[in-house]
Amino acid sequence: MSIHRRSLLSATGAWLVLAPLSLRAAPRPIADLLRESFGARDIRDERVALSMPALAENGNSVALEVSVDSPMTDADHVREIHLFAEKNPEPLLARFHLSPASGSASVATRVRLADTQTVVAVATMNDGRLFAGRAETIVTEAACLDFLI
Amino acid sequence: MTLRARISVPKTVAAGSVVTIKTLITHKMETGFRRDAMGEAIPRDILKRFECRLDGALVFAADLQPGIAANPYLTFQTRIERGGQLEFVWTDLNGERHRETREISVAG
Repeated sequence: MSIHRRSLLSATGAWLVLAPLSLRAAPRPIADLLRESFGARDIRDERVALSMPALAENGNSVALEVSVDSPMTDADHVREIHLFAEKNPEPLLARFHLSPASGSASVATRVRLADTQTVVAVATMNDGRLFAGRAETIVTEAACLDFLI
Repeated sequence: MTLRARISVPKTVAAGSVVTIKTLITHKMETGFRRDAMGEAIPRDILKRFECRLDGALVFAADLQPGIAANPYLTFQTRIERGGQLEFVWTDLNGERHRETREISVAG
């Protein structure tokens, strides 16, 4: 597929295709995205461990693991985990729904990253508290090409 | 489109233990941001929702977006107090569902 894309790019003049990049709406900073989702609520950078490879050769599939330090009891548990990648055309990557029946708040998946960036995981607790964890991945071959052509 | 799912879940566990469940399903997760060779936009085609239930009770759910890689892979955990039937359902944008079930039992 990528060979196809490459021949298409050279045929059509790849550099013309790249021009609209600057015309695209600039990615909204993560602070704005969080305010949109959670209002002015306080988000503390603790309890959430987000792990991704430091370097991803292919932005189309980047392993990601998120876990939240929580006893997962009826009185104290994680309800949701939201994943944001601010430089993606659609920054919300996924939302996971957990409950005391989860026993442990730990989820792994694979995501697409349009560029080198910091991914943010926000955990919403049953009592309304919000915790966040961050991880940066350098993407050498971005999923970005997908969005340009 | 025929989807194929792979699910890893232990058959027998000790009561009260937290088990890890791994799921993988074949799906292109077309983002809707790409264009084909003719310059036409390729319509978005993604799995939107995943749910896992134990005897009808929701264990874990995920709202998936185009930022999830093709062939969505999900690993999550659940505490098993008693055995039963685990049901796994993936739903796409058109509401089409792919369903799998696995039995899990409690030892002793």
